[in-house]
Order: sequence, then structure tokens, then C-alpha cells
Amino acid sequence: MEPIIRVENISKTFQANNGQVEAVKNISFSIEKGDIFGIIGLSGAGKSTLVRCLNLLEKPNEGNIYIDGKNLMELSNRELRRERQDIGMIFQHFNLLMQRNVLDNICFPLEIAGVSRREARKRALELLEIVGLSEKAKAYPAQLSGGQKQRVAIARVLANNPKILLCDEATSALDPQTTKSILKLLKEINQKYDITIVVITHEMAVIQEICSKVAVLDHGSLVETGTVEELFRAPKTEEAKKLILNEFAHIKEMKSERMIRVTFSGKSAFEPLIGNVILEYKTPLNILYANTKTINGNAEGEMILQLPETKEIAESMIAYFKEKELGVEEVDDYVR
Amino acid sequence: MFDETIINMLIEGTWATLYMTLVSTLFGYIVGLPLGIVLTITDKEGIKPNAVVYKILDFIVNLTRSIPFLILLILVMPLTKLIVGKSYGSTATIVPLTIAAAPFIGRMVESSLKEVDKGVIEAAQSMGAGTFSVIRKVLLAEARTSLLVGVTIAVGTILGYSAMAGAVGGGGLGDIAIRYGYHRYETDIMIVTIVILVVLVQILQGLGMMLSKKLDRRHT
Repeated sequence: MEPIIRVENISKTFQANNGQVEAVKNISFSIEKGDIFGIIGLSGAGKSTLVRCLNLLEKPNEGNIYIDGKNLMELSNRELRRERQDIGMIFQHFNLLMQRNVLDNICFPLEIAGVSRREARKRALELLEIVGLSEKAKAYPAQLSGGQKQRVAIARVLANNPKILLCDEATSALDPQTTKSILKLLKEINQKYDITIVVITHEMAVIQEICSKVAVLDHGSLVETGTVEELFRAPKTEEAKKLILNEFAHIKEMKSERMIRVTFSGKSAFEPLIGNVILEYKTPLNILYANTKTINGNAEGEMILQLPETKEIAESMIAYFKEKELGVEEVDDYVR
Repeated sequence: MFDETIINMLIEGTWATLYMTLVSTLFGYIVGLPLGIVLTITDKEGIKPNAVVYKILDFIVNLTRSIPFLILLILVMPLTKLIVGKSYGSTATIVPLTIAAAPFIGRMVESSLKEVDKGVIEAAQSMGAGTFSVIRKVLLAEARTSLLVGVTIAVGTILGYSAMAGAVGGGGLGDIAIRYGYHRYETDIMIVTIVILVVLVQILQGLGMMLSKKLDRRHT
């Protein structure tokens, strides 16, 4: 089946004062219908430019973008505007019309699409119900909290029944609690209305919370793509490791000779692995960091372990973990 | 303290001043509003960047704005005569006032429209809004309070210009002030005209500010 989004060798270069900036370098990837696809990268990696290429708010210098098999690069302006009604977008700073109340904000895309005023209001009220803000219909954006504003933006983006929803750092301006509720809403929308969602973020936590697949962007290039589980268990590239390890940067203080990061999934969680390994080799291990997370409904755990100084024992322990099918990788790069 | 003829003259002068000011502001916006919009969208950060159009308009605006009003008034007299039929009186003064006001208004409109959040414009474009929709529903609608403040400033400035036109027989309160106060040393009449002018500016300014505040939805 044709993927809903297919990006083919796109590049985007900006003319800056001090020469050219290659924001996106020859990127290709596909997104299947119904996926929640994450694009993660540090700031300046080119995420925002990349996501704007998907609805041609930024026109790539080269390459093609197929939405449902239709090449956006070949569309006329009018056809492109029509196509954009099927590709919704929400933003970090919400971008609501400050001089319109909540209801009229949601009517806005319908006005553009030429829907009658009466019909638009009816639809807007339904949408407000979906995002749980019915009582705020007459409020103005300035009177709402960040989370409420993003809910209005989500209602607004749903008005035209889009096939795709692009989220550009949609939760980056929100506190953790609100972030969770917005992510939950996005997940509901994905499931209920079968809308494909593309999530741009610099936070691994957001990816883990809702994404099924992920692409890692670094300096304008796509360095790794795969399922979130794969990336979490066995990141292949340095950039991906950095993004994952970013979260427990605080362990840097605990100096140690050799450390490993082990990851384990639901099935190995019942075996007392750490206890067993200590009993087996009669040498203690130091647990520096441990955490469990739910990725797409599965429990995934991770630990940072400080290994004993004796090299042979350390190697044997690594071998033991590997034998038990845990993900093992050395992280000593990140402790200095 | 004044006889009836003088009081009538002052009342007529006030009306003439208001007439010149308001009609010139209207014509000024008929030219200046589109000018400001084109300046905004053709700017390199705008939604339809066009360096050639922007530079040409930018130059014309700067050129017109750098000519002192009194000189402009005399400079366009042949044109005024062509349009109105005569080069003195309040109706005739509307021509140079409009020519002076339009570029100034265009600049103010440009600056108001450029205050609109780029993100909101981008959001509208992501929904499939075309250039015309963005101008009407986003730029003008979101900048409306700033635009109204601009109208208030424009009215005040044009009122001041209209008084200056009195120097060459432009009609209105300025005309009276110069004829009586300057040429005939009747300082009391001049002071009264000044007081009326001050009151007019205050009222118009107050009205404009009140309206713009009332229409602003950005407060909590």
C-alpha cells in the first residue's frame, strides 16, 4: 500500500548573511497511514524546516513530497491550498487569532474552506466538545492557559477533517502535566479518527509517550529510523544515544571506570537479573540509575550500572546480560 | 467679547477644518491602506516577497514624506487647480493633504501589519488560506487596534497640516489664525482658534483610543 506521506530526497538550503545554511540534507522517508511518527532532534537539527516541507510552507530546493500518492511539488497554488486543508498543523506557540474568540477561531479554517457560517458554528461547537472546552466558547485566547490554547488549536485543526496532523513542538511550551494530557488527546484523535500524526520534538519522553515510529534528525540529516522500541533498546547511532541519554545527564557527576546501560522489556522483568549476576560472580554492581517506562503499552526498563573494576568479571557480566537478551551498551562516553 | 460675525466665522472655520481633516483622512486611507498592505506583503519577510515592487514603493513613500508640507502644498497647486478648479479654500486643500497623508498612512499601516505574529500567518497558510484571505482575515483583523491607533495619529497630523494650509489661503481655523492673529495682530482670535484646535485634537484622540481599546481582545 502506498504510504500516506512519502518524502523523496528533499533538500532545503537557506541563504543566510554568512553564506548558505543547509537545513535539510537529502532526506527520504515514508509514513504509513495511521502511524504516530516522531521526528526527534536537538534544536537546530532542522526539524521545523523538515515538518514545514511536508505541507510546503517551506518549499524544498530539491526532491518530492507525496501525500497519498500526490506530488505536492507539482501542484498549482490553488491545488496546494486545497491539499493543505487535509494536512493540519499545530504549533509550539499555538498561533491562535488573538482578536477572535475560541468559537470563531475554530470556525476560521471552515471560513477559508468556504463552509457557511451556520454550519461552521455547529461543527465548531462539536469540536469544542471533543477537546473538552465547551464552556470556553466565548472566551478569548488571552484568557486561556497554554494547555487550553493548544486544545483550541487542536479543535481548529480538526475542523476540516484532515488526513494528517503535523505537530511542531506542540507540547514544548507546556508543563509536564499538561503535556501528558495533550499527548493523550492526540493519541485519542489518532485512534478515533484515523488521522496520521507527525510529531516534531526534542524530548524523548514525548516520543516514548505516543509515537510508534521515530526518525532521528541530526544537522539536517536523517541518521536513524525505526520503531520506538528499537531505538530505545538499541540505538545504532551516536546521535540517537545522545538523545536517549540526555534524560539522565545528571549521572555525569558519579565518576566511574566503566558503565553500561541495560534495557529490558516486560518478559525479563520477572527475573531477578541483578541479584543473579551478583550471586554468580560474587562481586557487587552499582545501580546508578534505573527507570521503567511504558512505550506503546509495553513496560520497558533501563538501568545504568557501574561494573566492577576487574576487567574479566565486567566482561562476563556483560556477556551474562546479553545471554539473557537484554540490551547492553557501554555509556562511558557520557560520564566524563 | 466677540461679535456675531466673528463667532460665525469661527464656527464655520471649525467645520471647514473638520471637513478637510476627515475627508483627507478618508482619501489618505483609500490610497494609504492598499499601499501599506502591498509594502507589508512584498517585504522580504512578507507573504509575497517582491524586492522590485517593495523598493519602488519604499522610495516613493520616502520621497513624498521628505518634502515639507508647505512646499508640497505649493508644488501641487497646478494639480489642485486641475482637480478642484481652484487652488484656495478648504476643498482645494484636500488635494495636497491627501497627497501628504497617503504615504504617511501607508507607512503606519505597514508598521501595524508587521506587528502581526508570523506564527498566526503561518497557521492560516497551513489551513490553505490564500494571500487575500491572509490579508483580510489575519493581517487586518489581528492588527485592528494598532490600525485604529494609526487612524487617530493620522487625523491629528492631518489636522495640523490643514492649519498650515492657512498660510496660503487654505481655509479653516488655520486660515483664521493667520489672517487675524498674524496679519492683523488680533491675538485674542488667534488664541481662540488655537484652543478650538487643541480641543478638536483631544476629542478625536480620545475617541480613537477609546475605540481601539474597546476592540482589543488581547487582555485577560
